[in-house]
Amino acid sequence: MFDFLEGYDLLGAFWVTVKLTALSAVGSLIWGTLLAGMRVGPVPVMRGFGTAYVNIVRNIPLTIIIVFTSLGLNQTMNITLGATDFSAINFRLAVLGLTAYTSAFVCEALRSGINTVPLGQAEAARAIGLSFTQTLRLVILPQAFRSVVGPLTNVLIALTKNTTVASAIGVAEAAYLMKGMIENEAQLLLISAVFAFGFIVLTLPTGLILNWVGKKLAVKR
Amino acid sequence: MTSVLFDTPGPRAKRRNLLYTLLFVVVFAAVAWWVFKALDDKNQLDWVKWKPFFTDSRAWSTYIWPGLENTLKAAAFAMVIALPLGAFFGIARLSDHLSVRLPSSVVIEFFRAIPVLLLMLFANEAYAKFTNVSTEDRPLYAVVTGLVLYNASVLAEVVRAGILALPKGQSEAAYAIGLRKGQTMRSILLPQSVTAMLPAIVSQLVVIVKDTALGGAMLTFSELLASVRPLSAAYGANTIACFTIVACIFVAINFALTTFASWLEKRLRRAKKSTGAVLPAAAVAGSQSAGAEF
Repeated sequence: MFDFLEGYDLLGAFWVTVKLTALSAVGSLIWGTLLAGMRVGPVPVMRGFGTAYVNIVRNIPLTIIIVFTSLGLNQTMNITLGATDFSAINFRLAVLGLTAYTSAFVCEALRSGINTVPLGQAEAARAIGLSFTQTLRLVILPQAFRSVVGPLTNVLIALTKNTTVASAIGVAEAAYLMKGMIENEAQLLLISAVFAFGFIVLTLPTGLILNWVGKKLAVKR
Repeated sequence: MTSVLFDTPGPRAKRRNLLYTLLFVVVFAAVAWWVFKALDDKNQLDWVKWKPFFTDSRAWSTYIWPGLENTLKAAAFAMVIALPLGAFFGIARLSDHLSVRLPSSVVIEFFRAIPVLLLMLFANEAYAKFTNVSTEDRPLYAVVTGLVLYNASVLAEVVRAGILALPKGQSEAAYAIGLRKGQTMRSILLPQSVTAMLPAIVSQLVVIVKDTALGGAMLTFSELLASVRPLSAAYGANTIACFTIVACIFVAINFALTTFASWLEKRLRRAKKSTGAVLPAAAVAGSQSAGAEF
């Protein structure tokens, strides 16, 4: 029944999806945290930059960002991100695009988490003479991170699904393989079911486990 | 919020902030200069490459407007079909009968867990294999089908959350005056929850508009993003200029929608007449158990 799978590297394609997700997740967590720090900070120019970045990037389709990394950055500007062969270049470009896009959502999730920390915490931190960076680093962010595990999980799951957009620039991940397979093979329903199942396996346990972790970690108030 | 995390700056803090501002501006200017230089080296800033958008009306009438029209058409179709479907599944998930609740829960969770691109690819191939939709209509059909399947399940959750956000007294009062379950839903709960979930619905429209671009990249659907290639072919490899213009259009539309959504939310919160239950615009992403899309 599943002999149509022969000749196709199904696991390899999903492994690329996982790699895209993991690398972009780490990248956007770092960049998103920096952006959130800028957005709540005391320096007006940085606040403005953070706000502008989030508002612009959130409103551009991810597809445009990803296609732009290939057509614009790579083919027009000859940016290769240190890779030499075609597939490695596109993979890195896709990670770059996904990171740039997802970090806007990480920033917003974090900022809403910072808002859940009671005012008294920040006031107390300021009262004992901590500076802004100390307040943020030692008092606010540790509590904020605990309460945003849930929202960040949603961002991670959306990122997992968004990696399929990388197929638009020829990264050989799951959606790319599926497109090829349904065009060449007859079993449309069966192939689609296999890929749908693959994504459910990737997203459902992540959501359940991390949401459970989030409930455990959240500061009870 | 801004003043909670830090004290009102005194003389030293003001000096420090000024230093940070200067540092940031210098770094930002350096990056901007580097980008400018790189663009200039590749001749992407030549006026010739940008001129068509300002002087040649054909760039707009031949490429951009038709693309934008298709983008908006697909988004409108998807929203109009997904909304009643989502309302149906959302209400079904609130049913007292397990035999109704369970299947609708499964359908909602299934379509929310799958990337919308997979749904579009599937729909495209299914239309090609099992129906006789013409080749030029097929991309639109596939894009709308994919968007409907995904967004109906997201909107179902919005509807469910909107109804659950109403005070319990509303349905209790309705039962007390002898309304049936169906009547309560139809004439008491739904009308009130529609206003409560308007902000969330409008911000879901942003997601739909953004996702139409997938059709352009993967299914030869001739929407706004797909107009970049013929544009840059016609006006001499001005890829960067084309992307800038197209991105600006998307940002303008979506920023207007986002602003409208938060305006609605504020207005509804202020309104005294309603029950005060408002589903925030961000509820679409926030209320989800397994899948969220932005």
